[in-house]
Amino acid sequence: MVAHCPGRPNDAYMQVPAHVEYERATSVEHALSLLSRPETRVVAGGHSLIPMMKLRLAQPELLVDINGLAELAFVAKDGDQLRIGALARHADLLESAVAAECFPIFRDAERMVADPIVRLWGTVGGSLCQADPSEDLSAAFAAARAMAVIKTPDGQRTVPVREFHLGPYETVIGRGELLVEVRVPVRPGTGSAYQKVSRRVGDWSVAAAGAVLAINDGVMQEAGIGLTAVGAEHFVAAEAEEFLRGRAPDEESFSEAAKLAAEHCHPVADQRGPEDFKRHLVAELTARALRRAAARVSP
Amino acid sequence: MTIRVAMTVNGTEYARDVEPRLLLIHFIRDELGLTGSHWGCDTSNCGSCVVWLDAKPVKSCTLLAAMADGHAVRTVEGLERDGELDPVQQGFIECHGLQCGFCTPGMMMTARWLLDHHPDPDEAQIREAISGQICRCTGYENIVRSIRWAAEHPRNTP
Repeated sequence: MVAHCPGRPNDAYMQVPAHVEYERATSVEHALSLLSRPETRVVAGGHSLIPMMKLRLAQPELLVDINGLAELAFVAKDGDQLRIGALARHADLLESAVAAECFPIFRDAERMVADPIVRLWGTVGGSLCQADPSEDLSAAFAAARAMAVIKTPDGQRTVPVREFHLGPYETVIGRGELLVEVRVPVRPGTGSAYQKVSRRVGDWSVAAAGAVLAINDGVMQEAGIGLTAVGAEHFVAAEAEEFLRGRAPDEESFSEAAKLAAEHCHPVADQRGPEDFKRHLVAELTARALRRAAARVSP
Repeated sequence: MTIRVAMTVNGTEYARDVEPRLLLIHFIRDELGLTGSHWGCDTSNCGSCVVWLDAKPVKSCTLLAAMADGHAVRTVEGLERDGELDPVQQGFIECHGLQCGFCTPGMMMTARWLLDHHPDPDEAQIREAISGQICRCTGYENIVRSIRWAAEHPRNTP
């Protein structure tokens, strides 16, 4: 697990990744062809992958560096979609005025992703593909019913973010494929928010909840609720969403939805807290996110 | 297996044959002998290893040297100009912004970046900017004061 550090006394050890080959992708097509090899991983920000490689939790044989693919680094509104390139950095999404205007949930979430230095390098695509159960954007995108655009050797396919994750650290991305973009449908009358509790700056969520509400004529036409770090299937509180649909956005509806969200998730006790505490947080944060999302709906 | 990695560090070009798995912090310290940047937690939490890659600070324990190939790196050794300390360095002296000094190079690289983008940051902005870096001595108070001092004493020449 540790290697001798050259040029240092014999008792000095450091963590280093195992041997790995390294290639730079010069285009998306080039990346796809490099990724056709087994045991290959994409590296962009590297802020999850490289620490995992040091710990030998990941041991790829080849790293494909996509940092040069500037065509994947964008945040833009295009008709009725917000389009976010896989190589957009967390800081890009945090600071995007157009994203903040249609989906403040992303700004809420990004403010609490890691720390300012990490946010300069970590990417939106990397966060989704890492598929960490405690990662914030997965729940935010699930709440917003975003679509993941995946380039394949034959063309491309589009997968709802709600079907993108197969489980912890596992996604639908196959060999020779690359996540290139996330598309979020923009609906009129939408408000959104994200609420997170963590132990300190830069830490993963103890629990977090995101809400996206589409309100017309005083009724919630659509409700999306994403939950982070509490074992919610596909990061979604489906029962709470179902309950809210067609109801008035009032305190009674929100507290019932919050209760349903807390009942139907599956948090695990760990160093961040016991299960009942996490369920309590889910209820409280869901209610807060719903309230704030409703307050943000533009008339 | 090694690959050729070339980069500009503090304006000087360097090229070395290194393993692709070599981390940037070890390239800087062990290959180039620039030991101002410190290798701390190794998990991208502490920020002692912060250097600039092109125009942005990065935790260099979490980047492969190969990823910096062809790019420009700036380390704490590159803060002073013509023998004159950067205001950030002077601020850490004036305000006693360090005790053991281990976190200092990373703190100063982040501070320089902050001031380049926000020349007059308030305390909250300073604390936010350094929130990904850990100091176990100062309690941060004097680091914040040092960065404020630098904001109030900008370098005269551009």
